[in-house]
Amino acid sequence: MTLSFRKTLLAIAAVAGLSVAASPALAAEGGHHLKDGGFSFEGPFGTFDQGQLQRGYKVYREVCASCHSMNLMHFRTLGERNGPFYDPGAANPAENRFVKALAAEAQVADIDNETGEAVMRPGIAADKFPAPYPNHTAAAAANGGAAPPDLSVMAKARHGGANYIYSLLTGYDTPPAGLRMTSTQHYNAYMAGDLTPFMPAGAEVPPGGFIAMPPPLANGQVTYDDGTTASVDQMAKDVSAYIAWASEPHAIERKQAGIGVLAFLAIFAGITYASYRRIWKGVAH
Amino acid sequence: MSEHESTYVPKTGVEKWLDTRLPIIRFGADYLSLPTPKNLNYWYTFGGILALCLVIQIVTGIVLAMHYTPNTEMAFASVERIMRDVNGGWLIRFVHANGASMFFLAVYIHMLRGLYYGSYKAPREMIWILGCVIFFLMIATAFLGYVLPWGQMSYWGAEVITNLIGAIPVIGEPVLIWLRGGPAIDNATLNRFFSLHYLLPFVIFGVVVLHLWALHTSGQNNPVGILIPKERTAKDMVPFHPYFTVKDGFAIILFLMLFSLFVFFMPDALGHADNYIPANPLQTPAHIVPEWYMLPFYAILRAIPDKFGGVVAMFGSIGVLFILPWLDTSKVRSMRYRPTMRTFFLIFVFVGVGLGWCGGQLPDAQVVPGMPSFNLIDGQLNSYLWLTRLFTAYYFAFFFIILPLVGLKETPLPIPLSISEPVLTGPDAMAHAVPAQAEKKG
Amino acid sequence: MAESVVNENGGGDDATRRDFIHIAAGAAAVGAGVMVAWPLINQMNPAADTLALSTIEFDVGKVQEGQQVVITWQGKPVFVRNRTAAEIAHAKADDNAGDLKEPQTDAERTKPGHENFLVVIGSCTHLGCIPTFGAGDFGGWFCPCHGSHYDVAGRIRKGPAPKNLVVPDYEYLAGTNIKIG
Repeated sequence: MTLSFRKTLLAIAAVAGLSVAASPALAAEGGHHLKDGGFSFEGPFGTFDQGQLQRGYKVYREVCASCHSMNLMHFRTLGERNGPFYDPGAANPAENRFVKALAAEAQVADIDNETGEAVMRPGIAADKFPAPYPNHTAAAAANGGAAPPDLSVMAKARHGGANYIYSLLTGYDTPPAGLRMTSTQHYNAYMAGDLTPFMPAGAEVPPGGFIAMPPPLANGQVTYDDGTTASVDQMAKDVSAYIAWASEPHAIERKQAGIGVLAFLAIFAGITYASYRRIWKGVAH
Repeated sequence: MSEHESTYVPKTGVEKWLDTRLPIIRFGADYLSLPTPKNLNYWYTFGGILALCLVIQIVTGIVLAMHYTPNTEMAFASVERIMRDVNGGWLIRFVHANGASMFFLAVYIHMLRGLYYGSYKAPREMIWILGCVIFFLMIATAFLGYVLPWGQMSYWGAEVITNLIGAIPVIGEPVLIWLRGGPAIDNATLNRFFSLHYLLPFVIFGVVVLHLWALHTSGQNNPVGILIPKERTAKDMVPFHPYFTVKDGFAIILFLMLFSLFVFFMPDALGHADNYIPANPLQTPAHIVPEWYMLPFYAILRAIPDKFGGVVAMFGSIGVLFILPWLDTSKVRSMRYRPTMRTFFLIFVFVGVGLGWCGGQLPDAQVVPGMPSFNLIDGQLNSYLWLTRLFTAYYFAFFFIILPLVGLKETPLPIPLSISEPVLTGPDAMAHAVPAQAEKKG
Repeated sequence: MAESVVNENGGGDDATRRDFIHIAAGAAAVGAGVMVAWPLINQMNPAADTLALSTIEFDVGKVQEGQQVVITWQGKPVFVRNRTAAEIAHAKADDNAGDLKEPQTDAERTKPGHENFLVVIGSCTHLGCIPTFGAGDFGGWFCPCHGSHYDVAGRIRKGPAPKNLVVPDYEYLAGTNIKIG
């Protein structure tokens, strides 16, 4: 029937139009095609690989957390369904034994119950991840003026998400000859920026930009508990997956709910359409 | 309210008691039995869809307000707390954010329908004007709401748009400080934006009631565009319930499927990644862009080189809609019978989408990459800035030049005598066609 | 009003308009309504951060003999009192006293092996004020709002309060650590 066909076309056109309008301009910033991390959670049926999330958490905790906070993450979130340390046997995420053990490894600022003075105590599941610096100014001062950004929602704060983080961490290519840089800047092929002013006139401008963070990963830096070889590539993938999970812990729940909702709506649409045809039967219109 | 006489008869004791004190059941029954033109197509379902969108936004908004904190130190974190810790909070947040986009998608289609079928023409001018008021309130509400998560785009979008107020001569600066509650956008601004964002949807609701009242007074238009006289009610109309309740219901389900596609599978696609960076007054994002539904107006704003001129043009592009009923000189309502105007209308739709596209681009960027610019005016004709100016010119020309002139000059197609005719005899067999001028003005 | 437009019975079918398909559509709509209503209602239930604080751990070894420490649990004050031998004897002697509105033995209100520690919610069972430590005629607590007197086992002995101070669900973990909730 032409009208439903048109409606479907309209819907498709709307989606296409909206998606196209929503995408950013491919500006002259070095729109380098991102590497593909082959992540298991991409697509409508994706799920997180719990082993990868655990490895990624270890990389974050041992490498990144010395400079990058995750202020919106709590230890108990690690124990939620689809998270790195989910245990179906635990009554709730806060009573998860892995979560309690990981929390206890961290030192958290608190005040003494009786004297009120500032103390450090082992963490509990309900605590936030402790931040490496007390405030933004201290973070910037300790890092040459550039404060390391918080990673809580980093996969959503950058176009390309986990693939962008993975590309960036493995994107410290050798800078091309002639690129003028100072000792505090590092060339990265995936960092946003325009390097035209830093190349000699007429030379081909390389993609990417300068990043203040030196290459953070080195082979064998972390020892994985499951025996996986900790290459830079592997660690970059794992920590990117972990950051993607931390950016939206309910992502898998969202997709699974979506499949159910769309299935229900499709059936509901069919029933209602039949009802519509029945009501309008015999009415010339 | 309209020529429709109430056929409701209270049956039970309770119904009779209520009917003489507060005839609310009669009101509902009359609404459901309202004779409606039987030829309304699916473009007419968007009114019902919009009512649903308003309810969805209000309900999810009130729920979000139970958990949100309108303080610059806590706003971003409170939104993330909703996403992570509140039961089903992620769902409610994504429905509210994507619901705004769906609301605007539906309203643009609804307005284009009104344009195409001449629903703004006499005697329906008030319906159209109230609709423009609703549209303007929607834009204001959406702008205020986008500031609340306090991301980079929230802050800088607010910075850019409120700065426009400062461009107004003489009173601009003091009004700007009054609006912001200080010299810069800060906690005072956020708190009041939250209060106003909560208020305006209820104002919209009130105007929607007026909009529907006006609709029921003049009567529903239809794709043929002719007034349906009383004697043809039986042949040309059907009761609103169940014929159009089920049709609206079906359309709503399809709409919800599109809505669900976004909410569950691409919830951040229509937003901007920069809004997941907490607001930083000391660092401007690379490109400040509003949400997609504001892009056409943003494009028009940037098209005019003068700052105040841009503000006038932007508000003017919305303001021109209010006087539309008096700009169109055609005696024929529906563009089905105005082939010349229809072509201009389709170009108008293309220009509208084009303006939106331009609004998302850098003004200096090349439209056709690599093509050398003509050495005309400023040698930058291959830029989005000039494309935007071209589209803006068409936009205003459509209202001020094309609509008045084409209405006077064109020869419309013959209009059927009744809406049942094209169905029974085919649109080409206009045996009883009347010339356009014979149509009585209602 | 709509007769001439609509063919009755849709072409020779049964006379009823209550077609199954309309009931099915209506039922699906009701189902959709429930699916929509549930998250809107459930969001007001305690969120994950509130639930995480529904249990706390505390080391009762910190409480000196004869003293009490007040901790917060689920937004309420909890008294952890380390009673002296004399106080415990006093409490046990009153186990069968005639003026107990809610008869309970001292042993019922403590954990075996840790009888000296009493853990009670510091909220008067009358109207919720916080009773003062060590005051009142029975040496336990005294509530200044309406004059309820509690003994060293937290039992109501005199005054308007109807029940003894509530002993929350708690258990001893390793050593002197308790988990409340």
